[in-house]
Amino acid sequence: MSHYEAPIREPLVLGDKSYHDITEDIAKPIEGKANKNWYMAFYISLAAMLWGFGCIFYTVGTGIGVWGLSKNIGWAWDITNFVWWVGIGHAGTLISAVLLLFRQKWRMAINRSAEAMTIFAVFQAGLFPIIHMGRPWNGYWVLPIPNQFGSLWVNFNSPLLWDVFAISTYLSVSLVFWWTGLLPDFAMIRDRAVKPFQKKIYALLSFGWSGRAKDWQRFEEVSLVLAGLATPLVLSVHTIVSMDFATSINPGWHSTIFPPYFVAGAIFSGFAMVQTLLGIMRKVTNMEEYITRLHVEYMNIVIILTGGIVAVAYATEFFIAWYTGSPYENYTYLSVGAATGPYAWAFYSLLFFNILTPQLLWFKKIRRSFIWSFIISIFINIGMWFERFDIIAIVLSKGHLPSTWWRFEPTFVDVGIFIGTIGFFFVLFLLYARTFPVIAQAEVKTILKSSGEFYKKRREQGIPTKPAIKVAKKEGKSDKKDKE
Amino acid sequence: MESSKVIHAFYNDDEILMDAVKAVKAEHHHIEEVFCPFPVHGLDKAMGLAPTRLAITAFMYGITGLAVAIWMTNYMMIQDWPQDIGGKPNFTWWANMPAFVPIMFELTVFFAAHLMVITFYMRSRLWPFKEAENPDPRTTDDHFLMEIPVHNNEAELTALLETTGAVEINVVDKH
Repeated sequence: MSHYEAPIREPLVLGDKSYHDITEDIAKPIEGKANKNWYMAFYISLAAMLWGFGCIFYTVGTGIGVWGLSKNIGWAWDITNFVWWVGIGHAGTLISAVLLLFRQKWRMAINRSAEAMTIFAVFQAGLFPIIHMGRPWNGYWVLPIPNQFGSLWVNFNSPLLWDVFAISTYLSVSLVFWWTGLLPDFAMIRDRAVKPFQKKIYALLSFGWSGRAKDWQRFEEVSLVLAGLATPLVLSVHTIVSMDFATSINPGWHSTIFPPYFVAGAIFSGFAMVQTLLGIMRKVTNMEEYITRLHVEYMNIVIILTGGIVAVAYATEFFIAWYTGSPYENYTYLSVGAATGPYAWAFYSLLFFNILTPQLLWFKKIRRSFIWSFIISIFINIGMWFERFDIIAIVLSKGHLPSTWWRFEPTFVDVGIFIGTIGFFFVLFLLYARTFPVIAQAEVKTILKSSGEFYKKRREQGIPTKPAIKVAKKEGKSDKKDKE
Repeated sequence: MESSKVIHAFYNDDEILMDAVKAVKAEHHHIEEVFCPFPVHGLDKAMGLAPTRLAITAFMYGITGLAVAIWMTNYMMIQDWPQDIGGKPNFTWWANMPAFVPIMFELTVFFAAHLMVITFYMRSRLWPFKEAENPDPRTTDDHFLMEIPVHNNEAELTALLETTGAVEINVVDKH
């Protein structure tokens, strides 16, 4: 019944699995008990999160002065983190939306967790602008609502406000996309649950999903249309984030290459974070047969592609900075000035982590290795953080006058808030991995017959995927079709 | 309204289910409902379900979002309190429009996506605290359930369903 897939393609689901086996495998981490490693990771993350919250309270209580900002460097560590987290938040919806439109079946094993990662990463990203406001209780001023200040409205000409709209749309649309996909899987957990409390919770979460044929028809249509809407949305979010910089008149920021280059960088870092998380998760939740070497390789191919785009953008920026002959351009983040200046270490870190390391993925052995992919993905995460740090701190450290030259040095509060968001992110992700179906099991079941190892082998031997019908009495109604 | 007896026929394979649906349809029986653990492609057509119009609603919601964005930017930035922001022209909405493109795009997507999903939830009766209506818990695992109303033809239907490979056939009273 399912679509035809060439036998030469590697299977996406390993092992002799039936539909019921998939149910069992996905439900196991939820129904089982957490092991020691989970608790250890959880408490470490929790501690980091609480430390970060402490730093946030300190910042809000005392003022932004506790950060390493200065009269020239008004954006630094915080906006670096903001852009870094937003970038990480790009892979999830890209995997579930763009890959859905391209009919890439391998997305089904990873889309659930990638989207969870997206949502949690965008939470972290959203914290930074709000904290940076200094008076976060006035955060609602970014909304276009009638207010007590006469009729002073928000400024729709500002890219910062575009960001508000882009990120809140992205977060909320990703959330409903994710939740809609979760309904059938929550329903599966609900119908298996033996503990009454668990049953109640999953009944609530599943919104009473019953799996009628009409529901599935609508479900598929909604998924497709949401994918169509989310695809340009994903691209728009980082485009607009890049406009925060590109619409300014700072040399190094005022660059038309920024939108496509930021989007490629976001996908690059997003996939790296998916590799990092899934590299751990497939082990911890025993999903090795669903998240296979092939999935890792496919993600690495996306990483090479987007990493290549990013590398070309770096080269372009460096060349243009030199080619203009302008002394101001010589202090942009990719220039001879940056390579020889006080931030040379950040400059070379960027090149090493973001351009050199990913090139290893050209080797098939490395691309298909779990441990290498994991290490390289962490390198890319670091490299992409440096990219944003370089763009922001190096550019701002050299103003148009020597009197505005300044160095940014983070305080413990800057670092603390960043570590706090990493902790918060992992707290959310660890809780998710224990309570949510981490793989879209209903979707994986649809590809089991076409892409599962068991059925692929059977097809090679000429055995139809449809099991024979055991009937007591025949009435001459044989099955007409034997599928390939 | 004499009786509301229905037959619940269980299948454990999507391909067998599809053939069964076709066979039951070929005998001109009405299939009340099929409950599936995952989407079976072509099942809606085989059952004779009308195509869904949710995509059309999404388009209309999107147009609404675009209109809201245009109205909002015009009212706030041009009519109510025009300001000189970076020298951007604000005599007419049209002159200032390029700066509003991101807002127009985002609100189009926002309205289309959320209102379509809300419509889907309402039409399919999905919301928190809604009781699930699948008659058997196995239908979210690996079983497919076909529900056929009985009109004094229980024996005939059971015989037909047996030949289609149903793994379990129950006659139940639906109140």
